[in-house]
Amino acid sequence: MATRIKFQQNLDDLKERLLIMAGMAEQAIQRSIEAYRTRDLSICELVFQSEPVINRLEREIDQMALDLLAMEQPMAIDLRFILSVIRINADLERVGDQAVNIAVRVREMGAFANIDLPVDIPKLASLAAAMVRKALQAFIEGDAELAQSVLMLDDQVDELNDAAFYALSTLIKEKPEQTPQSLNALIVARNLERVGDHATNIAEDVIFWVRGKDVRHHGAAV
Amino acid sequence: MGSDAGHAGEGALMGANPFHTPPPAGDTQLRPPINLQSRRMRLNTVRRYVVNHLVTVLAVLSTVIVIVPLIAILAYLVYMGATSLNLAFFTKIPAPVGMPGGGMANGIVGSGIVLGLCSLMGIPVGIAAGVYLAEFGRGKPLAGAIRFTADVLNGVPSIVMGLAIYSLVVMRQHHFSAFAGGVALAIMMVPTITRTTEEMLATVPHSIREAALGLGVPKWRTVLSVSLKTAAPGIITGCMLAFARVAGETAPLLFTAFGNQFWSFKLTEPIAALPLQIFVYAMSPYDEWHRLAWAGSLVLIVMIMVAVTLVRIYAARGMLKGAS
Amino acid sequence: MGVGINVEHLNAWYGTTHTLQDINLNIPANHATALIGPSGCGKSTFVRCLNRMHETNPIARATGVVRMGDIDIYKDAQPVQIRRRVGMVFQRPNPFPTMSIYDNVASGLKLNGFRNRAVLDETVERSLKSAALWEEVKDDLKKKSGASLSGGQQQRMCIARALAVDPEVLLMDEPASALDPVSTSKIEDLIFQLKSQYTIVIVTHNMQQAARVAENTGFFLNGKMVEFDSTHKIFTNPKDKRTEDYITGRFG
Repeated sequence: MATRIKFQQNLDDLKERLLIMAGMAEQAIQRSIEAYRTRDLSICELVFQSEPVINRLEREIDQMALDLLAMEQPMAIDLRFILSVIRINADLERVGDQAVNIAVRVREMGAFANIDLPVDIPKLASLAAAMVRKALQAFIEGDAELAQSVLMLDDQVDELNDAAFYALSTLIKEKPEQTPQSLNALIVARNLERVGDHATNIAEDVIFWVRGKDVRHHGAAV
Repeated sequence: MGSDAGHAGEGALMGANPFHTPPPAGDTQLRPPINLQSRRMRLNTVRRYVVNHLVTVLAVLSTVIVIVPLIAILAYLVYMGATSLNLAFFTKIPAPVGMPGGGMANGIVGSGIVLGLCSLMGIPVGIAAGVYLAEFGRGKPLAGAIRFTADVLNGVPSIVMGLAIYSLVVMRQHHFSAFAGGVALAIMMVPTITRTTEEMLATVPHSIREAALGLGVPKWRTVLSVSLKTAAPGIITGCMLAFARVAGETAPLLFTAFGNQFWSFKLTEPIAALPLQIFVYAMSPYDEWHRLAWAGSLVLIVMIMVAVTLVRIYAARGMLKGAS
Repeated sequence: MGVGINVEHLNAWYGTTHTLQDINLNIPANHATALIGPSGCGKSTFVRCLNRMHETNPIARATGVVRMGDIDIYKDAQPVQIRRRVGMVFQRPNPFPTMSIYDNVASGLKLNGFRNRAVLDETVERSLKSAALWEEVKDDLKKKSGASLSGGQQQRMCIARALAVDPEVLLMDEPASALDPVSTSKIEDLIFQLKSQYTIVIVTHNMQQAARVAENTGFFLNGKMVEFDSTHKIFTNPKDKRTEDYITGRFG
């Protein structure tokens, strides 16, 4: 005989709500990367429209989590789950913000000529997007191994961002007339690196939920 | 930032519930409410009212029926015996037949002595047996034997008891005695006291005993200072009941204390007792003695009532001291 | 000062029912240890084995080693001696109804023959202060009966009564389960303060209470001890799935 049916349903509702938000955040990132690739301003517009929805979902999810904490006295794994949801909630909202930032950059870049830049933004973008995808998949399935693999991708993202920074700052010195494009590209690279960080945070939260170990700010965990 | 689609807003813990709880399953068809004003309901109410009052009246009537004889007896005794009460009654021994004066002083004192003796012998034994049954003998075969014996003893007719003590004590000692009378009455007291003590100890909550045991108090001390002390009011009542019962017994004393026309304070001699003298005087053909018998009966009942009341007062005061 | 309790291979029976199966654990001195578990899991029986109250039931039996400090309480001492070193507070307050508050608190000493008035007075005051009840009853010590206090006050008086004999260990069997939340908090605060002077073992159904007062927690199930660890660990990340199922309420 299962007990705490209502509580279990509420936990499932919470997870579902978070996944809806995750879907929207992930979609926003995909769109912003697509907008960067195609410089299509209508796609930017879609990204801007998704932001208020993401923000509203963040508030709802926090409220749901607070209610559960207050009224159900969750313990052990339930407690860790709700705490992780609250943290992932915050990270997803920031991912949404980054998508908006990238879309803003794309809009800015539209004012200038399209030039080839010595940076592999698409690669950085696909890596960051993949990290988000994997972290969310790990959350859906409660898979700590998958989450672990996300942590390792963060180094690659950081390296790509550093390379982009170096290359672009050199380009600015050599060709000052291309500074606007370079700076915008630099900022987009930075935004994507931040997305990678948030994906890492989500993965760490999944590991905390499933294994009960706080692996933040460490290299790798057990 | 675009427009905020907005939910019920922050702090709306009571407001829009984001958790979707399904509606309760089951009876969705509401039955019509019970009509309290229908004819059937009103008749029912009236009937219950009437029955309630009827039973109350019957209960009061029953109480009256029980008390009336008691009051009637007392009143009749007072009417018949009060006139014979004078100082001589309480200070003089019986006068020879035909001579006026005389009293039942020796009977009053004699009863006091015999009752005192039997209480001294019967109460400790009765309480000890009750304590054994309640605290130490649970489930043991000896306990069953004790209970059975007590029940049988309770049913023994008082005259048979008198005869038994006659052969066991009087014949051995070759004389009637106050002691023998005390023994007979004591044995009659024991079953009642034992049973009452056992039952009263059973009402002491086990948690209290555990509290004492948990403090490292040995079992015997727990029984003494906790169980007995808590059950004391009930046990005292039991002793009183037993006392009141044997105070008026005549038959056992016929063959043991035997009665005495003169003063006697020795325990090894026959002794006068109020019930015995009442019996002798009532059966006699002399009017003078009949009047003394009535007076004696009145005094006997009053003595018992006074004894019971004194015990109640003392017990209540004892209770107030410790409790309140 | 409290002593540590060391339990090895403790088994207990009620008649033929094997109520405790091979319990092994170490209860540290001067800490509070909570025991949780569903009804009938043996935690109350276990606690009653620690002061040999288990034996007061004629069909009860226990084997194994229970060491308090350096003595084996089953081999090296008599039950009465043990119970003077190990105090017990029960689920329902059980003051002696015929005694005043003073007599109740002093009963552990008085019923064991202690008569010195001055020492008794001082002990009663000290115990009632330790139990956070002194201020409320100090004017009625001998006038009021122990049973005339409210539930929460009665329980604190029972705690004072247990403390008056200066035990080294205090066993509490669901001490607050019959009390309202305010009284419960008072008792929990009390336990918190007493921890430093006594070793406390508290059986509780209320997991939040265990979490609030105890450094260590043991989970009992069907007569066995499933897990024993720091309270923090048990309630955030228990090792055993059965422990987790119990504390998340998903027994079934």
